[in-house]
Parts: sequence; C-alpha cells; structure tokens
Amino acid sequence: MENEAGALSRVAGLFTARGYNIESLTVAPTDDPSLSRMTLVTRGTEEIIEQITKQLHKLVDVVKLQDMTDGAHIEREMMMVKVSVGDGKDREEMKRLSDIFRGNIIDVTDNIYTVELTGSADKIDAFVSAIPVPIIEVVRSGVIGITRGEVSLSL
Amino acid sequence: MELTGADIFVQCLKDEGVEYIFGYPGGAVLHIYDALYRQEQVKHIMVRHEQAATHAADGYARSTGKPGVVLVTSGPGATNAVTGIATAYMDSIPMVVITGQVPTSLIGNDAFQEVDSVGITRPCVKHNFLVKDVNDLADTMKKAFYIATTGRPGPVVVDIPKDVTALKTEYHYPRKVSMRSYNPVTKGHTGQVKRAIDMLMTAKRPMIYSGGGVVLDNAAAELTGFTRQLNFPITQTLMGLGAYPATDRQFLGMLGMHGTYEANLGMHNCDVLIAIGARFDDRVTGNVEKFCPTAKIIHIDVDPASISKNVKVDVPIVGSVGHVLKEMIKLLKADKRSPDEEALAEWWKQIEEWRALDCLKFDTSSKLIKPQAVIQSLYEVTGGDAFITSDVGQHQMWAAQYYKFDQPRRWINSGGLGTMGFGLPAAMGVQLAHPDATVACITGEGSIQMCIQELSTIRQYGLPIKVVSLNNGYLGMVRQWQEFFYDGRYAMSYMESLPDFVKLAESYGHIGIQVKDPADIEGALLEAMKQKDRAVFLDFVTDPEENVYPMIPAGAGQNEMILV
Ligand SMILES: Cc1ncc(C[n+]2csc(CCOP(=O)(O)OP(=O)(O)O)c2C)c(N)n1
Repeated sequence: MENEAGALSRVAGLFTARGYNIESLTVAPTDDPSLSRMTLVTRGTEEIIEQITKQLHKLVDVVKLQDMTDGAHIEREMMMVKVSVGDGKDREEMKRLSDIFRGNIIDVTDNIYTVELTGSADKIDAFVSAIPVPIIEVVRSGVIGITRGEVSLSL
Repeated sequence: MELTGADIFVQCLKDEGVEYIFGYPGGAVLHIYDALYRQEQVKHIMVRHEQAATHAADGYARSTGKPGVVLVTSGPGATNAVTGIATAYMDSIPMVVITGQVPTSLIGNDAFQEVDSVGITRPCVKHNFLVKDVNDLADTMKKAFYIATTGRPGPVVVDIPKDVTALKTEYHYPRKVSMRSYNPVTKGHTGQVKRAIDMLMTAKRPMIYSGGGVVLDNAAAELTGFTRQLNFPITQTLMGLGAYPATDRQFLGMLGMHGTYEANLGMHNCDVLIAIGARFDDRVTGNVEKFCPTAKIIHIDVDPASISKNVKVDVPIVGSVGHVLKEMIKLLKADKRSPDEEALAEWWKQIEEWRALDCLKFDTSSKLIKPQAVIQSLYEVTGGDAFITSDVGQHQMWAAQYYKFDQPRRWINSGGLGTMGFGLPAAMGVQLAHPDATVACITGEGSIQMCIQELSTIRQYGLPIKVVSLNNGYLGMVRQWQEFFYDGRYAMSYMESLPDFVKLAESYGHIGIQVKDPADIEGALLEAMKQKDRAVFLDFVTDPEENVYPMIPAGAGQNEMILV
C-alpha cells in the first residue's frame, strides 16, 4: 500500500467497522520507499475472506493485494522470549531446547536468558509450550509471508 | 505567478467548473473566505448549520450528477458536517468537503477548535486527505474530485490547515490524475455478460430489480431500453426510483419493506433475477434466508464489494451499469433466441392478478386528511414534473409510493442513512441547480424541525421551495413500529409543543398555509405552486394514526407482507 500517513488506520478501521478480526498485522516500508507492505492474518469462511479482500481492495491506499493462502507460500514470525533461569539445570535445558528449535540466546544475565526464534507461527507456539522454565515476557512480531516461486506481489 | 494556498484553492474550484460552494465560515478558513470574497465566479451559499451545507451540496449533486462542494471550519464546523458526509457516503453521492484545520504547528496539541477531522470522517468517506504542504494542494484537490466522481462515487474530505492556506507557491492544476492504487473498472467482463444473456433467455419468471446505481451512472435510458426490449417486469429500490418511468406498465412499483404487493411477490416467485446497480440492502431483502428462494441471480455493479455481500449471486458482472447495459442491449439485438413467450405471458398474467389487489388503495372518504391523498394531489398539481426531496419517516415512504417519478434525479432522499433533516437543505441545493423548476420538500413535523433554521437561508437566496409537511403530530414511523411491535406503548413518539408553522414560516419571510380539510388539499397546493418566487410552507394536518402499507416486518420474507 501507499506509504502514507493514515493508511494503516484505514485498514485497521475497516476491520473494526465491519467486525472482522485481525490475528496479527505487520507493516513496514519496502525497497521502494513510497510503498509499505502489510501482512495481515485473519480467519473466516470463504465468503468472509472474499468480502475482506474486496473491501481492502477498495481502500484507495491499497495498491495490490494477495491472499497468500491461495497458493504455496512461506510464513515467518519472529519471537523474543525472556525466561527465568535460576540454576545450572534450567540454563542447560533452555540452551538445549533453543538449539533444537534453532533459536539464539541473545541476552544473558545471572537469572535471565533472552531467546530469539524465527519460524512459522506453529513452530513458535510449539517452542513456547515446551519451555521448561518460568516465562517472564514474550514478544512476537506477527507473521510476514511471501509466495513461493515465480509468483510475486511486486508492481 | 505564486499564489497563496487560499487562492490556489479557489482557483482549483474554478478549474473544476464549480458553480456553488455551500459553507459556513470560521477561524481556520478565514484566508479561504477572503479569497472567495475577492472573486465572483464561484458562488458561496451561506447556510445556517454545517449539516445543512452538506445536505444542500448533496441535493445539488443528486439532482445534477455533478459533485457537491462544501466548505466548513475546523472543530465544530467539521463535526457538524459529519452527518451530511455519512448521508452522502451511504448513498454514494459525489461530494468534496473541505474542512479547515488548525495550523500544522498546532496539530495534535488540543488546539482551539481542533479535531482529528481525517480520523472522525474516515469510516464515512470514500477517501480523505490532510494537506500538510501547500505544494500538494492543487494535486490533492484534483485527486479529491477524481475519486469523488469516478467508480462508485462518494464523499471525499480534504482537511487543510490554516497555515497551508497562507503559504505561497506556483499554481498548476493537473489536467489528469493517475493513481496506481485506484483504477475503477467500467467495462464488464464479456464472458460474464454472455452468461447473463444465456440465463435471461431461459427465464420463465424473470424480474429486473434496479437501484440507485442506475441513477448515479446516468443509465436510465439504457435501463429503459433493456427492460422494454425484454418485456420483463421491473421493480426499483427507494434509491432507484425514476430511472425507469413509474407510469409504465412494466413497472411494478418499489420493492422492499414498504414495497408493493406485486413487486415483492414478483421477487419472491421469480426464477431469474437481474439486479442492476442495487446492493441487496436489508430494507430490500428482508430476511436473506427467505430472499428470492427460487431465483438464479445476475448482479451488475461497479463496486465488486457489493456483489455477493449480502446475497450470493450466480453471475456477477463488475462494471459501470451503463456500459454493461449497452453491451447487453447490443448482444440481445444480435441474439437469435428470445425468452419463452408463453411462459412470460403466463407470468404477466400472474403479476396482473397481484396488481389487481391494488395494495396502495386508501380510504378516500375520511374527514381527516390522508397523507397519501396529499402526495397524490401534489403529483397531479405538478404534473409529475417536479423535483421532490424528502425527509425520513412515513412521509418519505408515501412520497416514494404515490409520487410517480418518470425521470431520474427527481427523487432526492436519504435512503441509506435515513437522515431526518435532509429534505429542506437538500431542496436548497436542488433549487439552486434548477432555478426554474418546481422543487418540493415532503417532510413531517418531526424531520422538518431538524434543519428548520434553513428557512432563513432559503429567504436569503430567494429560493421558491415548497415545503409539504405532513403533520401527523407524531414521529409517525416510530409510532407505527410501536403500534405494531410494542403493543401501542408510544414512548417519546408524540410531538409535543409544536410551533405554529404558519407563523414560523411568516417570521422567516415566507408564506405559511395550514390545511385541515381534505377538500382544501388541491386548492392549497395550487395556491402554493402559483408562488413562483416565494417559498411556501404547507402544514397539512393529517390523520395521526395512518400507517404505511404494505409492510414486511423485520426478519420476515418478501411474501409475508402486512397489507392493511
Ligand atoms: C436524525 C435521525 N434521528 C432519528 C431517526 C429515527 N426516525 C426514523 S423515522 C422517525 C420519525 C420521523 O417523524 P416525522 O418527520 O414527523 O415523519 P413521519 O414518520 O411522521 O412521517 C424517526 C425519529 C432518524 N431517521 N434520523
């Protein structure tokens, strides 16, 4: 969409006004600074998704729109999680779990590990539920996605 | 030459060919008012409330097809305009509304008369802009007019901070706009159009259901040609009236909650339905589960989001209705097939039986004035050749049922939002656009009081509007629902302490006439119509308990009408 002030609130406003739910939403400028790319995750019947697609398309700021789930695509989300690691055993277990999921420990104090993990939302959910130590804080980026192969959303 | 933002703004209006701008001044727009003062081409109409400015511009737009233009100040000026903006939005009316804003340096400071106009209007505009740089002003104005008038039309708000109207820059008005993110379609998909023709050819019980989109697209001639060519029955929505001549045999009257028996039963029993520039509003469909249970549906609309929104359709055609109908007419002419004549004759026979019930008949022997009789008489007295604006309530439905509109853009009412207070200011816009035409505002004693201050504007500009008030002493439509669905508990629907409308009209410098006897209806209307350069307020004291029939109660199917 156009990288214009207010574009994001138009999208968010549309969802609240029409009673659609937003599971996650990410937005940032692209390699073309006049354009932002937004990835929005929502759920609904086929009819509802069709309506959402049409209504989004109608927004004057929206340049191009693609339902990623129409074809093969890759989804990624990033998470940072701060956990309490009181003793050596906690540390060891947390380190091992993070290795299994190919996460990185990016900050360490006497009592805290902060782990960074990237992957599909499912993988992140699985990691969170496997964490054996007390969780202090979780931050997730929301999902971004891109189609596989030749198909592309560029202009 | 360098111009100030204010002069650029006025120059943009001139380059757009704007005749009238409806507005109300205030601090944030003083530079603009000064620029308007220093020229004569764009005429400013000074209303008495910003809501009226938007409705007047809206009436101007509906009756001409040209965009209405509004200018209001920041803060309360902008918030007062919101009702009119939302009204235009719901009915897809092209309008450009300029709101003043506090200087850019103060935005976000809770400055005096600051509101987030772009934020407040976002859900009820087609698009809106905040102009932060005078160098963007001309471009933005061009885009605003372009967006407002193309595709599915709608209101566009341009919010201009005060400092932007004082700064100077070179003026160029762009001749064209192209926006990568906004490309409305016009031509329908040929394959779909052909599928639609095939479906029409198989129809045994067809129905045409057309709406405001036909009026907006100036496609009345195409609709009429198409309908006549097929000899199909046609019904129209509240917003569509006039696109197909109401006096024609093929017209079954309006459909929906207060539609005719024949139109609603036609819908309920049809096997092929073609919806043209209509959006399956809940006031039309009733219970969607029970809507047109046996029909295959074709839907032509310029807005893809209107298609399969409320009712799933079989053949969607996205395109301007005028374009698509032209193509269909051409294809039909070339087609060797024709619809099943025998089945069609059978269908017409059935429809005539429904029509014979005469669902709009009413008591003509009453000693009280029946509101329907007033509308009928207005129709006769004006020879059907008037612009009729309306407010919202029972009177609106009676106007739609009993005034037979043979031409588009003659019936001006708030269908989507149902805004009481719309009628009188809308009539101002209509009368300015058509100075020699008869313009009547059909209203109720409730609605008229929502923008009654405009009687002053009407006086100032010498607009000879005829106010036809059906004074039943009740918020009639509310009373009707309370009678039907709340066991007659008339909570807050009785209109207490009404003014003497005759004196009120006179105090504004108009003529006031009160009518109480059915025998005087025609005389009073004739007298009013004789006043070519005076506004007349006709206060018809009507039967307080008259109801609008037929009625489909909320949640019921089209075949479940209450008749009388
Ligand atoms: C601004 C606004 N407020 C409330 C309503 C709800 N409403 C719909 S019809 C109606 C009654 C209108 O009364 P009146 O203008 O006297 O017309 P009548 O129905 O008696 O013909 C009301 C209150 C509305 N449509 N618009």
